[in-house]
Amino acid sequence: MTSGGIRRSFTAVAALALASFGSAALAAPGPWQLNMERGASTWSPVPYHLNNVALGVCTVIGVLVFSAMFIAIFRFRKSRGAVAEKWSHNTTVEVVWTTIPVLILITLAYLATSGLTSWADTTGSQMTVKVTGYQWKWRYDYVDYLGKSIDKVGFMSRLDTRSDQTRQLGSGMDPFAVKVGNENTYLLDVDKPLVVPVDTKIRFVITSGDVIHSWWVPATGWKIDAIPGIINAAWANFTTPGTYRGQCAELCGQDHGFMPIVVVVKSKADFAKWLAAQEAGSAAPASAPQTAQVAASASGKQG
Amino acid sequence: MSYAATHDQHDDHHGAPKGFFQRWCMSTNHKDIGTLYLIFSLTMLFIGGSFAMLIRAELFKPGMQLMQPYFFNEMTAMHALVMIFGAIMPAFVGLGNWMIPLMVGAPDMALPRMNNLSFWILPFAFVLLLSTLFLPGGGPAGGWTMYPPLSLQSGSLAYAVFAIHLMGISSIMGAINIIATILNMRAPGMDLMKMPVFVWSWLITAFLLIAVMPALAGAVTMLLTDKYFGTNFFNPGGGGDPVLYQHIFWFFGHPEVYIMILPAFGIISEIVPTFARKPIFGYKAMVFAIACIAFLSFIVWAHHMFAVGLPLGAEVFFMYATMLISVPTGVKVFNWVATMWGGSMTFETPMLFAIAFIILFTIGGFSGLMMALVPADFQYHDTYFIVAHFHYVLVTGALFAIIGAAYYWMPKWTGNMYNEFWGKVHFWNSVIWVNVLFFPQHFLGLAGMPRRIPDYNVAFANFNMISSIGGFLFGATQLIFVGVLIHCAFFSKKKATDRVWEGAKGLEWTIPSPAPHHTFEVPPVINDDELAHGHVND
Repeated sequence: MTSGGIRRSFTAVAALALASFGSAALAAPGPWQLNMERGASTWSPVPYHLNNVALGVCTVIGVLVFSAMFIAIFRFRKSRGAVAEKWSHNTTVEVVWTTIPVLILITLAYLATSGLTSWADTTGSQMTVKVTGYQWKWRYDYVDYLGKSIDKVGFMSRLDTRSDQTRQLGSGMDPFAVKVGNENTYLLDVDKPLVVPVDTKIRFVITSGDVIHSWWVPATGWKIDAIPGIINAAWANFTTPGTYRGQCAELCGQDHGFMPIVVVVKSKADFAKWLAAQEAGSAAPASAPQTAQVAASASGKQG
Repeated sequence: MSYAATHDQHDDHHGAPKGFFQRWCMSTNHKDIGTLYLIFSLTMLFIGGSFAMLIRAELFKPGMQLMQPYFFNEMTAMHALVMIFGAIMPAFVGLGNWMIPLMVGAPDMALPRMNNLSFWILPFAFVLLLSTLFLPGGGPAGGWTMYPPLSLQSGSLAYAVFAIHLMGISSIMGAINIIATILNMRAPGMDLMKMPVFVWSWLITAFLLIAVMPALAGAVTMLLTDKYFGTNFFNPGGGGDPVLYQHIFWFFGHPEVYIMILPAFGIISEIVPTFARKPIFGYKAMVFAIACIAFLSFIVWAHHMFAVGLPLGAEVFFMYATMLISVPTGVKVFNWVATMWGGSMTFETPMLFAIAFIILFTIGGFSGLMMALVPADFQYHDTYFIVAHFHYVLVTGALFAIIGAAYYWMPKWTGNMYNEFWGKVHFWNSVIWVNVLFFPQHFLGLAGMPRRIPDYNVAFANFNMISSIGGFLFGATQLIFVGVLIHCAFFSKKKATDRVWEGAKGLEWTIPSPAPHHTFEVPPVINDDELAHGHVND
């Protein structure tokens, strides 16, 4: 290989590494992706930065400890004539290497606690969406937007037909061919996505109609379980319009791997149009199942 | 062999019973029962490992190729149950059975008949558990954690619950036996603070077992009555709470993960000083750190539940408590490195596994610390990042320690040296392929791949394929281990000395190799210079 070839391939590797480790706002996972994504909401940089700081701290400690160990392995070998020393404790050293980790932990705990406190504060939201997990689909019900309650806008969101056909055992279909535009959406696309406005603090109230699921869109920076009989709350404020993909993250039965989540973030104007169309189109709505009844009858049947 | 000969000549009762059934099924001998535990554990390692091979085969590339999703879920649940309760825990009990009486100078375990019972329950428990795979409706498919309401949909719940009850009874009896042996049967002069660290680690682990196995038994019994007797512990439709199960389960489950790692700490604390030819650094700190970790294990359970929607105060408390664990764990790692410093090291197979343990377990500890940070855990939770984490601490942690212990003590058990060349072939293949297997799973998790899914988006294809290749080769490598074990036990011509290792210290190395059927029928006279920790208080 010529030196130019080496340089070119180095550049290519560097670009790949940068792309896979970089912090671009990814809407979906990428091939060779190495690190967590920064996400696309106001809060999502919190876990991203915490992840990077913790990883950095661990890397530094790891390099120090493992270097000491490898130096010991090379210096104190019997084959090099090393003679074992007799000492077996040293109080000063032990106090030092107990205290330093405590100080590092206090720093990490401070960072994590402030991030957690901001996450837990769902007050001041401008919109509420109710999310209900079912085996194996999601239901979205729009509760209110900008102080006005919304009636009869709600729908089920299932795995798209292409993915569903492809994922059948022995389908003979190629997962790599499941694309929307240039993006491969195999198992990450739905028939009807959740549509929300940008720059709006959205409160999600999350529950389940049967078993436990977990609603996870990595771009929000969090996941939270959908549990029958319990309503969890969390919030997200998306900063960039786009299509964000996620998956159910709690084992919920045979099709756990096949109930993706897609959130389409629109500009406020586009969202208002979309919402109006939905409200107009809900003259013949599919009535929302009563969650409590479903939960009771589901566990009754299963029992 | 003089020891065995002089004792065997005057009374046949002192030798091993002649009949196969007499010797193995009715055994009350701690060495034979220890061997049974270890053989059982190795068998389960391969059964659980074959489930893992099926999982990795299905995940080799995107698309469903080999199995229906439900069968995949059965495999993930059964892989975990078999590996945790069938492979790792019985292996430690087997090592404890063999070595604790030898290390403290006791003639046998304190309760030998109970010892027999606690082993022989296990094969029945696992026949019950594994038989569900052949029953209509299949085996447990709701994960090893068996969260309701999902686990209540399984047709084989009763089988799994009874199997777990049996395993729990076995573990509790084993733990009682170990505590009774250590506290009552030590030879005069074997003070608590002179005991080997392995014995200390097992004493503390046994208390953990007695404390938490009943919690698991309670949790699964409530599942059983919810499903078959109309109770509503976990059914919100009847006023129950599915999250209650998770609290009880993890109150068992978190100490359980330390049950699977504390004896490993003990093993590493035996192996490293032997091959560094230098006493362990900070013996008292090592013992205290194990006790600290055991205590903390009771107050961190909800860090498995950061995503269930706990109140803010609870998340903060469990985050801080979890982070604290890294302090005593760090002390242990630092002390192992300090033990090596200034030593005179050689690198036989047990030492290689111990060094790999220290590095790779620490990597698993680092990802554990990262997951303690709640906001970051909102992303990591239930992804492949966590799969990578617990396989680093359980495979390159617990399993590597067990394999290291097998190489370390095998010459004492069989009287023969294993083949060092093939031991090293086994080691290097294991350590390379296990990292090819599990390291890429960190990336998969960070990129957003949830755990327990049978199929995935093509973005995850590259690392999954690498991981699967590592998995197949790591699995195949373990066949070398079986070969080395069989060769050592039956074919090796190289006899082991009583001391076996130049730097070995402690009572177990003062008896002949192989260890005679009965040892220390007369309590040994303890010479502090012979002990690894005879002069701690000087």
